Amino acid sequence: MSAEKKLAIIATKGSLDWAYPPFILASTAAALGYETQIFFTFYGLQLLRKRLSLEVTPLGNPGMPMPMAMDKWFPVLLTALPGMQSMMTTMMKKKMKAKGVASIEELRSLCQEADVKLIACQMTVDLFDMDTSEFIDGVEYGGAATFFEFAGETDICLYI
Amino acid sequence: MADFDQELDASGLNCPLPILRAKKTLSGMESGKILHVIATDPGSVKDFEAFAKQTGNELMESSEQGGKFQFLIKKA
Repeated sequence: MSAEKKLAIIATKGSLDWAYPPFILASTAAALGYETQIFFTFYGLQLLRKRLSLEVTPLGNPGMPMPMAMDKWFPVLLTALPGMQSMMTTMMKKKMKAKGVASIEELRSLCQEADVKLIACQMTVDLFDMDTSEFIDGVEYGGAATFFEFAGETDICLYI
Repeated sequence: MADFDQELDASGLNCPLPILRAKKTLSGMESGKILHVIATDPGSVKDFEAFAKQTGNELMESSEQGGKFQFLIKKA
């Protein structure tokens, strides 16, 4: 048994695709018996909103597979067209649903059920004047020192 | 396939949901009881092996039949 193991993750990104790694890894680690904490900073704080509005963008992302192999022939500049982002987000969500990939909301609540501690960076909250009433319940607030208090004792520490 | 006490159908679910659902179901079971999991995610074969190794629950059987993966897990 690995009941003593610990995992700390720093989540820094606020897009739909990058929302997955922290929540997938944290929920799985918790299921494997890890004590787990995620520290949300900068754009990662978007992942704590009650009403998520996460999107993916093909802009500046040459690695993103697009429908009809558009990533191969579609001019890069046109990925900046209005509506492209929301179209790609809709298609991505549809594909995820069809493939049985969990939604971010579901993974996030599985994390909370499994006692994954979610910590929001107080400095970023202040910096962007974020309204914490828009965040889900159960979030704790702290700074770099709070993060290290746990991270210093972990077996795995990831920056995402 | 041997007898089991509880069944979990994780068909159509992708990583990491089969593992998370299995973990949740096992939490509600008594030690020594056997859980039968059905999954369609090909990655679940390796994942259940790894899950068993790390949690101490015993993977008694792992098999495939017509695109469905079946696992028998004994709760530690």
